[in-house]
Amino acid sequence: MDFLQPVTWAEALEAKAAHPDAVPIAGGTDVMVGLNFGHLRPALLLDLTRIADLRDWQVADSAVRLGAGVSYARVISELGDRLPGLAMASRTIGSPQIRNRGTVAGNLATASPAGDAHPALLAAGAEVEVASVRGTRRIPIDDFYTGVKRNAMDGDELITAVSVVPPSGPQQYSKIGTRNAMVISVAAFGLALHPDRRAVGTGIGSAAPTPRRAPAAEEFLAGELDSSGLWESRAELPEATIARFGELVAAAAAPIDDVRGSARYRVHALSVMARRALTWAWADHRSATQEA
Amino acid sequence: MRLTCTVNGTEQHVDDVWEGESLLYVLRERMGLPGSKNACEQGECGSCTVYLDGLPVCACLVAAGQAEGRQVGTVEGLADPEALHPVQQAFLDAGAVQCGFCTPGLLVATHDLIARHGRPSDAETREALAGNLCRCTGYEKILDAVRLAADRMAEPTAGGDR
Ligand code: FES
Ligand code: FES
Repeated sequence: MDFLQPVTWAEALEAKAAHPDAVPIAGGTDVMVGLNFGHLRPALLLDLTRIADLRDWQVADSAVRLGAGVSYARVISELGDRLPGLAMASRTIGSPQIRNRGTVAGNLATASPAGDAHPALLAAGAEVEVASVRGTRRIPIDDFYTGVKRNAMDGDELITAVSVVPPSGPQQYSKIGTRNAMVISVAAFGLALHPDRRAVGTGIGSAAPTPRRAPAAEEFLAGELDSSGLWESRAELPEATIARFGELVAAAAAPIDDVRGSARYRVHALSVMARRALTWAWADHRSATQEA
Repeated sequence: MRLTCTVNGTEQHVDDVWEGESLLYVLRERMGLPGSKNACEQGECGSCTVYLDGLPVCACLVAAGQAEGRQVGTVEGLADPEALHPVQQAFLDAGAVQCGFCTPGLLVATHDLIARHGRPSDAETREALAGNLCRCTGYEKILDAVRLAADRMAEPTAGGDR
């Protein structure tokens, strides 16, 4: 096994082009488990932690551009106000030790359906910036997840950054696990209300082969908020609307039975999380008007 | 490959490090520092918690080469030659150590917690130590130890002109 430590992004891309089967490593929270247990024996480990450019985030074109090397701990401490949904998701990840190392880009590279960042990224409508020696492209998050632990990247590509537009409305995140810390989610749900474009964003985790949105639930809720003038009036949400939203989120899932939970449990849990997330988010939306 | 890093303030060189091994393996098997424990090798238990450039991390999830040129702090670096660190003494005094397998990781995590929060609330403690599993104590004694250590470490300044 070889171990390469490029210090510039150009060197990293050249290495990945020359060795498409090289395994990139940053926080190591997935890769090292594979190495420690002998499941992973790549010819080349490509350490990305020396590349200073990856460690920053900045605001570009009204979006936060989160470098691939920014840890969850920094998302929480530095971006809780700008990216509330992603910060909430980050707080549920692993333990402080894991959050000090793990990155959102690592979650994307692994593309596990149970990755905690995905529902928040889907709800917010993120974009993944990937690069190779051939150039850079931006992949909308909706097109990024292509199968169980598969994503839309080519063998010579690396993730440069994730761009997320700070929200115009409230965001919420909910996750079910056997305890609060250190668990792979049984099911997770992310919600974003976008009053500026009168739209709703959702993200479902651990309940389908890939993280996915619940488009019918989004359309239903946006339609209700529109037709009843609720975006402006910020009146209380009808119970029936909340319940129907929960049903439609659950209907978008396609879970399996596994050691963490049954498919039936996951569907039920999603409907509960969706109702709760909506109730919390709507309360935020209503109190925002009182402050304004 | 050869690895050079600073461990507990001393520069260390080790040769013949396998590229795929963890910092935990290097510390325990190549540097003679078995304080950090190996209980899961998958980031689940926190027994291997060390400082890497000042941040608590699971040493089992750091590739050896990623520590090149970095500062590593282990449980062996907490005490000075004359006395245990107040965090260690508090764990002993509070009865927070039974089999002791989780203790090194908890000591490092607690050391970091008190450095950041002074006197942490119980909620802060539970959150900060959520990644350190103990199968013996039931955690109550560990919470006692954290409170005791925090109180003792706060005293010299708090007691100023009383
Ligand atoms: S041995 Fe590293 S977390 Fe358990
Ligand atoms: S004292 Fe035995 S695991 Fe904690």
